[in-house]
Amino acid sequence: MAKVMVYPPTSMILADLVERMGHEALVISKEVRKKVTTPGLDSPPLNMTAEDPKKGLKYAAVDVPSGVRGRMSLLGPMIEEANAAIVIKDNACTLGCTGCARTNELTRLLLRTKRIPLLELDYPKDEGEAKRFVHEIHQFLEELE
Amino acid sequence: MIRIAQLSCGPEYSGVQKELETAAEMVGAKLIFPEVSLEDIKNVEESFGVEVASGDLNLAMARATRIVENPDLADAVFVATCFRCAEGAIVRSEIRKFIHENSAIPVLSYSFTERTTADTLLTRMEALVTTAKYKGLLSRERQTGLTAGIDSGSTTTKSVIMRDNEVIGTGWVPTTEVLKSAEEAYDAALKEAGVKKEEIEGLGTTGYGRHLVGKHFGAKLIQEEITVNSKGAVFLADAQKGPATVIDIGGMDNKAISVQDGIPGTFTMGGICAGASGRFLELSAKRLGVDITELGKLALKGDHTKVPMNSYCIVFGTQSLVNSLSAGSKPEDVAMAACHSVAEQVFEQQLQEVEVKEPVIMVGGTSLIEGLPRAMEQLLGIDVIVPHHSQFIGCVGASLLVSGLVED
Repeated sequence: MAKVMVYPPTSMILADLVERMGHEALVISKEVRKKVTTPGLDSPPLNMTAEDPKKGLKYAAVDVPSGVRGRMSLLGPMIEEANAAIVIKDNACTLGCTGCARTNELTRLLLRTKRIPLLELDYPKDEGEAKRFVHEIHQFLEELE
Repeated sequence: MIRIAQLSCGPEYSGVQKELETAAEMVGAKLIFPEVSLEDIKNVEESFGVEVASGDLNLAMARATRIVENPDLADAVFVATCFRCAEGAIVRSEIRKFIHENSAIPVLSYSFTERTTADTLLTRMEALVTTAKYKGLLSRERQTGLTAGIDSGSTTTKSVIMRDNEVIGTGWVPTTEVLKSAEEAYDAALKEAGVKKEEIEGLGTTGYGRHLVGKHFGAKLIQEEITVNSKGAVFLADAQKGPATVIDIGGMDNKAISVQDGIPGTFTMGGICAGASGRFLELSAKRLGVDITELGKLALKGDHTKVPMNSYCIVFGTQSLVNSLSAGSKPEDVAMAACHSVAEQVFEQQLQEVEVKEPVIMVGGTSLIEGLPRAMEQLLGIDVIVPHHSQFIGCVGASLLVSGLVED
């Protein structure tokens, strides 16, 4: 079983496909859930604190905006944990965890340069493309150990 | 409850959302998030004029469009993006302009870091709420009766006594112990006016020490400096109708306020880098061996282009100053370069964030350092007004506004 990071990291469709093939999907909702349900933090409901952008310094320098570093404190450990990734290009409008273009660029770059099995696909525009999309993901996941 | 619409990108992930909410609560306001549909976000290119790569910024623009279309949704707007984000800075500035041009809703724009605290935001939020809440009081143009104002600033404490729209007494002392300095300034103003404390019908306080001083003297009005200074500036400059821009370079922070009919529309308050503060001019005067009151006159005789000096940092600025004196620069050139350096920092860091509309009124103690308004005139390419009693604008504004409360 592989740990497969999906991009956008909020994609439930991709997560579902990964889980159906017996792998573990790395999605940001799991990280956010940890933040929301861990007691003792003081900024509900998301419970991000000023300490989180500091954790993000591992992935982006201090002169990178705090919002990028805060998001990277969630995404960075997921990228480190991943041993495969599926990246969807030209995906639709994204907000919240994926609402910052600079964070998204850095995430894609770190996934591409990690030298792990990587599948990059365009966002499907019609039914035919959607079928090919699912088929390619299926094939990629099947080949993973 | 004042509703402040938050249009932002990044505060939740910077860990400062709680700080924004706390600052709003402290001034009796609530942050709200106008609802928009996915279609609204997808259409920002058409409705707002641009679509950017970051979804959260598109969401902020969609919300701004919704507020302009439905002004009843919010009483004020707070636009915030991450410090150092170019895309965020562009969108933040465009949202501010968009709301300013298409509605009468006051806007505050701010760039935060993970170190932003509720206390940092307090004065700004207070000003935003005052502007939204007390439009009637702020539109007051005449002072009536016998009232007083105390401005407890970081460097100096000022006081005025006003009677029937005239300043009849002033007091100005360096701030040491906040209450002691306030007593001294107030006593001096009362003495000059020839009136007793008991005769004063209403007192207003402003500045950093406003709460402590206001409580001590039982002030009827305790108000942040943005709204009060705007009022004082347009009153003293006789520019109460129409647009105006107020620039107040203080000892610890600077304010640039875009005013319409005496009421602040948009404003910025900077205070991170001391190179843009009055403190740097104080230090320059000391190094040049002249009194601060003489620095301006000395500067007017100088040529700033002969001395390279432009620093946001007081330490680097002082280095430039020492180096140029060591290299044989004339004191008057160095004095003018110091004035230019401060003016340029304010121009670069703050005046880009407000609409600069004439008349431009410079106020506060630093406006009396003649080289500084001259440097600002050269940078802006327009005349700058320094009204009589410009160092007393805070207390004049407080005295004028409190007379409205006395009448009520």
